[in-house]
Amino acid sequence: MDRLLFLLATGLARGAIFALFALALVLIWRAARVVNFAQGAMAVVAVYVAFAVTGLTGSYWIGLASALVAGGLMGLVVERGVMRFASHASPLSGVIIAIGVVMVLQSALGIAFGSNTRPMEAPFSESPIVIGGVPVLSPYDLFVLILAVGLMGVLALLFTRTSLGLQLRASAFAPEVSRLLGVRVTRMVTAGWVLASAVGALAALLLVPTELGLNPHSADMLFVSAFTVAVVGGLDSPPGALIGGLAVGVLISLVTGYLGATVAPIAVLVLLVAVLLVRPGGLFATTEARTA
Amino acid sequence: MNHTPSDAEQTSTAASAAPSVPEPRLRVDGLTVRFGGLTALDDVSFEVGRGEVVALIGPNGAGKTTVFNAISGLVRRAAGDMRIDGAPAPARPTGLVGRRVARTLQGLGLFDSMSVLENVLVPLEARSGAGGRGRRGDAAEQASGCLGRLGIAHLAAVPVAALPYPERKRVALARALVTDPDLLLLDEPAGGLGEEDIDTLAEVVREVAASGCSVLLVEHHVDFVMGVADRIVVLDFGRVIACGTPDEVRADPRVEEAYLGIEPAA
Repeated sequence: MDRLLFLLATGLARGAIFALFALALVLIWRAARVVNFAQGAMAVVAVYVAFAVTGLTGSYWIGLASALVAGGLMGLVVERGVMRFASHASPLSGVIIAIGVVMVLQSALGIAFGSNTRPMEAPFSESPIVIGGVPVLSPYDLFVLILAVGLMGVLALLFTRTSLGLQLRASAFAPEVSRLLGVRVTRMVTAGWVLASAVGALAALLLVPTELGLNPHSADMLFVSAFTVAVVGGLDSPPGALIGGLAVGVLISLVTGYLGATVAPIAVLVLLVAVLLVRPGGLFATTEARTA
Repeated sequence: MNHTPSDAEQTSTAASAAPSVPEPRLRVDGLTVRFGGLTALDDVSFEVGRGEVVALIGPNGAGKTTVFNAISGLVRRAAGDMRIDGAPAPARPTGLVGRRVARTLQGLGLFDSMSVLENVLVPLEARSGAGGRGRRGDAAEQASGCLGRLGIAHLAAVPVAALPYPERKRVALARALVTDPDLLLLDEPAGGLGEEDIDTLAEVVREVAASGCSVLLVEHHVDFVMGVADRIVVLDFGRVIACGTPDEVRADPRVEEAYLGIEPAA
């Protein structure tokens, strides 16, 4: 029972990171109808920036802020510089361009920083807190959960209570109608990329201290897990990303704890296949799909 | 090729039977639109005066909605000139609201995942820019006022997907009226409505026109058109075949043949 509680708690913390990263994929999908296969590589660039800034200033928090800024800038540059020119006739063109961006970014990081894995310190202890003799979350896991939930709350407020959020939703739902109503849809697409890339960068920054460390491929598995989450939850559904993220996090944690780490990726793939067979649009897919 | 204003003055009014107004709200002059080898609109000319209600009618495929799409910047014109208050019509749809032009769509184009109020807020927020102030300010008041004007204020918080069709049409109309346009383009506003709702719609259109807003509407409901329009422009195969008051158009044998399906008397 103790073990189950521990695995559930750590699974939720890990799932919160998956949820954030999946949310980034969902935001870009809704804004531009592109699955951003470059999200992981873009996020790792931002984490390298955070790593460098933290090294220079000695402050994790300044590093975290710089990751958000760098992530947003990556979104701006990739959308304005490359993705905007992808043909809308076929979704494949966006995917191929994104894979090209992955190759360029990972090669550039390898050239600039080498392929060695650099350990990254977490700002809080990663040792579990013991409550009533039961080890539960570590202070860092708690920090991750609070930050992820807080950020999702901020995003929910942004989308439901602000002018920018309303226009982002409108342009994602029906871009042609939105243009007729005066919405600058092109700007909204860029804003979606900036927002999503900043969120993705934060997710990667939160993940790296719990893994072996930072290298150009640090977010590869994060992307695979988050992509599964996004598909399981429904690519159009932010709540799906949240719930799917937590579910996949718990699944990986439980399978790793009871069956071994090597079985975890298989469990994720089984879940993905099962959902695609039963409900291809995702478990939380709604009628809220782009109409024009 | 676009005409200059002087060209337009020389060549316009071919299809206009109304008394000429010095600066019409909308002047469409020699509008030609082609889709590949198909000529959808061929040298279409007409005007809409200030506070005037003009109806575009014609059989399916006559080019009525294409006229709207050309005015809205959704399709490129091969030739002709379109002027709103004397200035060239915006080349892109995002420029419409800034020129005080609003449009409804045949398919309504509502944001189903949003509430009624949010739907109506979109053009107001777009006008104020992405960095505009929160929605609980003047914009929300303006939107609520517009919903009240159309009798749907009590539905403000309801998702539009949950509404029956007549209420959805009112939301679409409210979204067009909320920006207080000078030119209102209504694409089949009476389609799918019952007689009572059509009467209400006619009242709203007359009120809007009385306030100085010009209305150009595409409609198949003949009684509605005859009752509300000051002038009617009849299109057939992309060409203007008649233009005049409802009585003049009703009496025109070409209209009977093309639109009403009545063979002219031998």
